[in-house]
Amino acid sequence: MTVRVRVIPCLDVADGRVVKGVNFVDLKDAGDPVEQARAYDAAGADELCFLDISASHEGRGTLLDIVQRTAEVCFMPLTVGGGVRTAEDARALLLAGADKVAVNSAAVSRPEVVADIAHKFGSQCIVASVDARKVGEGRWEIFTHGGRRPTGIDALEHALKLADLGAGELLVTSMDGDGTQSGYDLELTRAIADSVSVPVIASGGVGTLDHLVQGVTRGHASAVLAASIFHFGKHSIAEAHAALRSAGLPARA
Amino acid sequence: MTLALIDYGAGNLHSVANALRAAGAEDVKTTADPAVVRAADRIVLPGVGSFKACAKGLWAIPGMVEAMNERVHVGGAPFLGICVGMQLLATRGLEHGSTKGLGWIAGEVRLIERTDPAIKIPHMGWNDVSLGRKDPAHGLVEAGEAYFLHSYHFVPDEGQDVAAMTDHGGGLVAAVARDNVVGVQFHPEKSQAFGLALLSRFLDWKP
Repeated sequence: MTVRVRVIPCLDVADGRVVKGVNFVDLKDAGDPVEQARAYDAAGADELCFLDISASHEGRGTLLDIVQRTAEVCFMPLTVGGGVRTAEDARALLLAGADKVAVNSAAVSRPEVVADIAHKFGSQCIVASVDARKVGEGRWEIFTHGGRRPTGIDALEHALKLADLGAGELLVTSMDGDGTQSGYDLELTRAIADSVSVPVIASGGVGTLDHLVQGVTRGHASAVLAASIFHFGKHSIAEAHAALRSAGLPARA
Repeated sequence: MTLALIDYGAGNLHSVANALRAAGAEDVKTTADPAVVRAADRIVLPGVGSFKACAKGLWAIPGMVEAMNERVHVGGAPFLGICVGMQLLATRGLEHGSTKGLGWIAGEVRLIERTDPAIKIPHMGWNDVSLGRKDPAHGLVEAGEAYFLHSYHFVPDEGQDVAAMTDHGGGLVAAVARDNVVGVQFHPEKSQAFGLALLSRFLDWKP
């Protein structure tokens, strides 16, 4: 076989607790991040992602503690994002036990931070976020602040730039789809995946197992990220792997 | 049994130390001290980032490479290199210019060739660990699925040093081995039960 499609549950963390925002606004508490991480490790998730959505407002100490405790009990790759602005922020997370850091708004205001982290710690540990909304036919724009603030930056150009600067992979999130459970923006995902040589993670809007499959077959993503469908027990990681395999895609047994 | 986990500034030490402990290692010494390496029963060399940066970090520790040579080649201590720690076994690496490696297993570390636009670099994710007919790793490496994360790959001069292969747009070496030295391109510390089982076997490995 070849490299497997990665199924990545994403835990949105705020103030040390797992939450899931519907369009990043209404938050529901869904538990302790370390316990959730342990459960996903046991369930055979291919990777795990923590996004600290409180990072811009709260202290970072809680997050570092969670990352450290998670790394002690989880033996799968852990990506941590939220509030990473400098190579120093990245270093603190990597030292705490993160394998990769996701750079979000800083990659919009100061894309050089991606090159800086790549240079210091290697491309393999940087996931650059591309948070976009559709603004016209075949056109997407980068939005910040949880999808509320437009930037005027073309999403495809931005994605190419981040890959050139040394991002090891791109986390492409449709801010239109996020929290809606109506599926990834497949056009956006495919436009980016077909233009860059690094892997693309599809994100934003998963409601069914079929959405995961489409992220790969129609979105050309290398990995599929989802939150609610896993967190609230609607589907298991094993079901996600099985759905990918039934569609003829490589996934872990 | 003491295990020296070499700290040469190449990141991910905690992950490897955590996984070794979870695999049953009781005395893991994370160290930059050549004297500790000389006294260790087993040695693990981790590594993430570029070949050049890792080689620079390792050679920057006075006496470390000499201590490793002595303990592994004269003393016969079992040695495990992980990811860039495996690549450093090569004669040279070609990432950011040619850099000398340990030269314990003859070969070169080259950029993965992108034979098809659908092949993404880095090679990132779970992939096969497939064994050949011969087993230079003396039972340490078993077939299964492991987590890979790399853009460069080890091309040994001698086919007999290849312990396992994987496939990403063509065959890539997943593990190399010679005598008491083994290197794995994948990350056992990030490969859940498969990886922990490999680390556990390494703790008892008698090459």
